Amino acid sequence: MNGMKVLRYVLWGLCGAVGIGLGVLAFRAFEQGTAPGQQISQAGKFGVPFSLVRHNGEPVDETLFEGKPSLVYFGFTFCPDVCPTTLTDMTVWADALGDDADRVNLVFVTVDPERDTAGVMSNYITSFSDRIIGVTGEPEAVKDMLRGYKVYFSKVPLEGGDYTMDHTAGVYILDRQGDFAGTIAYGASEADALAKIRKTLDRS
Amino acid sequence: MYALIKQAAVAATLLLFSSFAGSAHELKHGDLVLMHHWVRATPEKAPTSAGYLIIRNTGKTADRLASVESSIARKTEIHTMTMDGGVMRMRQLVDGLEIPAGGEVALKPGGEHIMFMGLNGQVEEGSDVTVRLNFEKAGPVDVTFPVQKKDNHMKHGTH
Repeated sequence: MNGMKVLRYVLWGLCGAVGIGLGVLAFRAFEQGTAPGQQISQAGKFGVPFSLVRHNGEPVDETLFEGKPSLVYFGFTFCPDVCPTTLTDMTVWADALGDDADRVNLVFVTVDPERDTAGVMSNYITSFSDRIIGVTGEPEAVKDMLRGYKVYFSKVPLEGGDYTMDHTAGVYILDRQGDFAGTIAYGASEADALAKIRKTLDRS
Repeated sequence: MYALIKQAAVAATLLLFSSFAGSAHELKHGDLVLMHHWVRATPEKAPTSAGYLIIRNTGKTADRLASVESSIARKTEIHTMTMDGGVMRMRQLVDGLEIPAGGEVALKPGGEHIMFMGLNGQVEEGSDVTVRLNFEKAGPVDVTFPVQKKDNHMKHGTH
């Protein structure tokens, strides 16, 4: 009889452990965006409605992506390397478009809304180009938007209480309806990037 | 005679300049040759920056860049960056970076880099940043990294 009792405790213990495990998994799935490696396979209807703020503090919603094509980068200002490189690239592409530069939106959406407030974004972006529109907002609202645009993001703790973000790199190209039209991979040549941007512009 | 002196002067000047140019791009430290070192200029109030260089090991045994130090940031660490299915991931290399015997390791944008976290101030283009590189075998060396907006060496060829 005593043996049965021990077994019962062990089983209940196991149930508890599994429950905690499932809870952790569910929480992690909730914290993260789209699964890594999940690519957008085809052009077409894209994104979700959102209500966020620009780096200058003004409200912004999904109509930001309507009227002209957009180049959208999802990153964070704490990022030392890939993000500044990409924002610089976007500025270079816009300059290379010459008169057509005004026909494209350049957008930088943060994947780290906790640290990237409108003030932080504003400070950061303006050192690259006046053309770039920064997007941030309430952390949960930003995360919903990121998931809606199939962006992967995950908070990764570093030593001493710091953290970094894993996130989808590369620039999204949206057409003038705000629908997905392609991507420019990190490290793509200027010629390749411009060819893709021009193709989208020609269709608009 | 005058022409000879002039030629000698020109030759000496050229020699001087070439040696300066050499020292600006290459530093010898034991068996190691350090090249193309630069630190990324940052926007005002930016929290982080990154440093890059190429380390060539001309020796017969492997060495290791074990740690890095600087006074410009709260933390100076060796980090790696990987692209995995379009996702960027950055991690600290706690064990440092091996420099294989007879080999070369490039810390460059989009890959391994020196990570400056919690900058004490803006890292301005045209200034210098001193970083101490601690090598397991070759020992520590202080290197002056010029601050640049982008990799000026890229256009000279591939590395």
